[in-house]
Amino acid sequence: MNLSNLSLEFLVLQLLNGLSLSMLLFLLAAGLSLIFGLMNVINLAHGAFYLLGAYFGFSLLNWTNSFWLAFLLAPLGVGLVGLVTEWGLLRWLYQRDHLNQVILTFGLAYVLADVMRWIWGGDPKSLPAPEPFNGFVQILGRQFPTYRLFVIGFSLLLALFLWLLLEKTRLGAIIRAGVSDQEMARGLGINVGFTFTLIFSFGVALAGLAGVIAGPYQSFGPGVDFDTLILALIVVVIGGLGTLSGAFCGAIVLGLADTFGKVFFPELAQFVIYAVMAGVLLVRPTGLFSRSPV
Amino acid sequence: MDRITKIKIGRRKFLRVSAMVAAGGVLLAACGDTVSPTNTPAAGTTTVAGGATSLKLGVLLPFSGVYTQLGLDIVDGMNLYFESIGGVVAGRKIELLKEDEENDPQAALRKTKKLIESDKVDLLTGIVSSAVALGIRDTVDQAKTILVISNAGAKDITGARFSKYIFRTSFSNGQVPYPLGEWAYKNVGKKIFMTAPDYAAGRESVEGFKATFVKAGGTVVGEVYPPFGKTSDYAPFLTQIQQAKPEAVYAFYSGTEAVNFVKQYEQFGLKKDIPLVAAGFIVEQDTLPALGGAALGIKSTLHYADSLDTPENKKFVADFTSKYKRTPTTFALQGFDSARFIVEGLKVVNGDTTNKENLVKALEGVKFISPRGPLEIDPTNHGLTQNIYLRDVVAGSDGKPMNKVISTFEKIQDINTLLKN
Repeated sequence: MNLSNLSLEFLVLQLLNGLSLSMLLFLLAAGLSLIFGLMNVINLAHGAFYLLGAYFGFSLLNWTNSFWLAFLLAPLGVGLVGLVTEWGLLRWLYQRDHLNQVILTFGLAYVLADVMRWIWGGDPKSLPAPEPFNGFVQILGRQFPTYRLFVIGFSLLLALFLWLLLEKTRLGAIIRAGVSDQEMARGLGINVGFTFTLIFSFGVALAGLAGVIAGPYQSFGPGVDFDTLILALIVVVIGGLGTLSGAFCGAIVLGLADTFGKVFFPELAQFVIYAVMAGVLLVRPTGLFSRSPV
Repeated sequence: MDRITKIKIGRRKFLRVSAMVAAGGVLLAACGDTVSPTNTPAAGTTTVAGGATSLKLGVLLPFSGVYTQLGLDIVDGMNLYFESIGGVVAGRKIELLKEDEENDPQAALRKTKKLIESDKVDLLTGIVSSAVALGIRDTVDQAKTILVISNAGAKDITGARFSKYIFRTSFSNGQVPYPLGEWAYKNVGKKIFMTAPDYAAGRESVEGFKATFVKAGGTVVGEVYPPFGKTSDYAPFLTQIQQAKPEAVYAFYSGTEAVNFVKQYEQFGLKKDIPLVAAGFIVEQDTLPALGGAALGIKSTLHYADSLDTPENKKFVADFTSKYKRTPTTFALQGFDSARFIVEGLKVVNGDTTNKENLVKALEGVKFISPRGPLEIDPTNHGLTQNIYLRDVVAGSDGKPMNKVISTFEKIQDINTLLKN
């Protein structure tokens, strides 16, 4: 990168690039973080659910010819798979050690990967950007894809919605009650088992949503599931475990680090995100926003 | 069962698990799939009518991991050719001994030794990965076993690390875009921005393009090499390209990376202002369906196009499609040609694989008309001299994007020969 080329427009555009990546990472990490924060379960199949969302979107788009219908239905489909997973597999392991959950969800990731390869094959796939976001706009004399602006806007709204849902609604109160003191919650007539099923399905549906929303600008195929899982884990580690604000800030840090890393040291781009993670851990060992220092 | 006990995970434990998974993921990605199909026929010599022993051909290709499809394509192409001649050459029955190269030089070296030392193969063929090709080079050379490479395009195989026992019937990385450089200068733009993944094939491809582009008088206004296999968001690079204001962009990408790069190139509105020229791998059968309209208008060069209008190619495409129920890729064609190359050489020496020097001479003289056009071996480095085709992505009669050949560059030599001149 020739530094004499640096201009305000260039930096602003790169900032937008970074933010659009950040927001995608937020969608991705939010589900992982919610499931961990509320249920204390590390879901290593999260990347597989992301990819499943993308593939569901792909097939739904082919059947219905409507991106927005696919956009709506794919996360629901993934949520349904999550529901079956929680109900059929995961809930039998809550009483056991975490290693059991880790092994179960990691194994599930492999099973899903093979099933997906079997159904959708090995070639990379992508989704077309939908109307009216399939063009680009001029920003400071440069072109920027409208779809990325949509991703930024949509994710910000979703973050706000999630925060309000958890902090300000009765449902949020029930969820938090079920998490902080199950015995008491049960005594008050709250169905804790059902609450957990709901959280898991919801978190997994968020992964599916991330998959379908990323489809128009990042292609997907075998292997994307594990790459994605690692990114999501890094976001959660940077941001602090189990909080929504942690996932949000972790995603912003990682998205910007990755983008500006690519701008200034393209050959070292991969190293930069790990360096940032290591740096954050050195300065704030519990992550930027940790719920409780353990 | 309805009592749910909560166990707190410590942060350290979480980190440990995450690190474990990250490392595991990387490892597993490197090792590829769980499948390891080594359906090697039982070793041992079978005698055919006439008393001649069967010809044992060691086939070393990826049958697991990211390059699985390439391996399968190449093997299918080989089988198609061998079947077309009844599976016999100079009275010897052709027997394939398949091994998985695993995209890993260490593993591939083990398999090579096994094929040479215990299976006692007469010839070796295959090799998709350049790292594998360079990794087994010394072993093959010392054993004086003839190896016919059906993909790996690294420059050094036919250059700095040349072996008289190694031939390449595919392409060299720099050969593919070599004629494109000059063409782009004359027809597309005088100022170029070049980009490729940061690994040998990417760098060598750019080198080949640049050689003729700069010689013709063109200027390079920028170049960038994103990490190979780790980049899915090209936005920072695309903004850099806008900043550099080139008149054209040269790109070398394949597979998932090709899909991401080309789609994002269009989404950033670059495609309408800055034409994209590329090495042909960017718009092949594996990427075109995902690219759709974003691929239209991309000019690329490659040593093949499945739409080539020659009797040889029409027959090849028809035969392959009817046998395997899918259209042949460039890799399938390379397998087909490797098989034919071996057979043509063996015919000259009447099937005698014991006198290696004679067989090397025979192979150096092999010439034939392939579905991709006339082929001959460059005797100075055992690379291939072949046509390179300039293709334009257009909407086919079925509305789907396809490569239309718009120009042919004849007799383009191996990159090592080209760069010497």
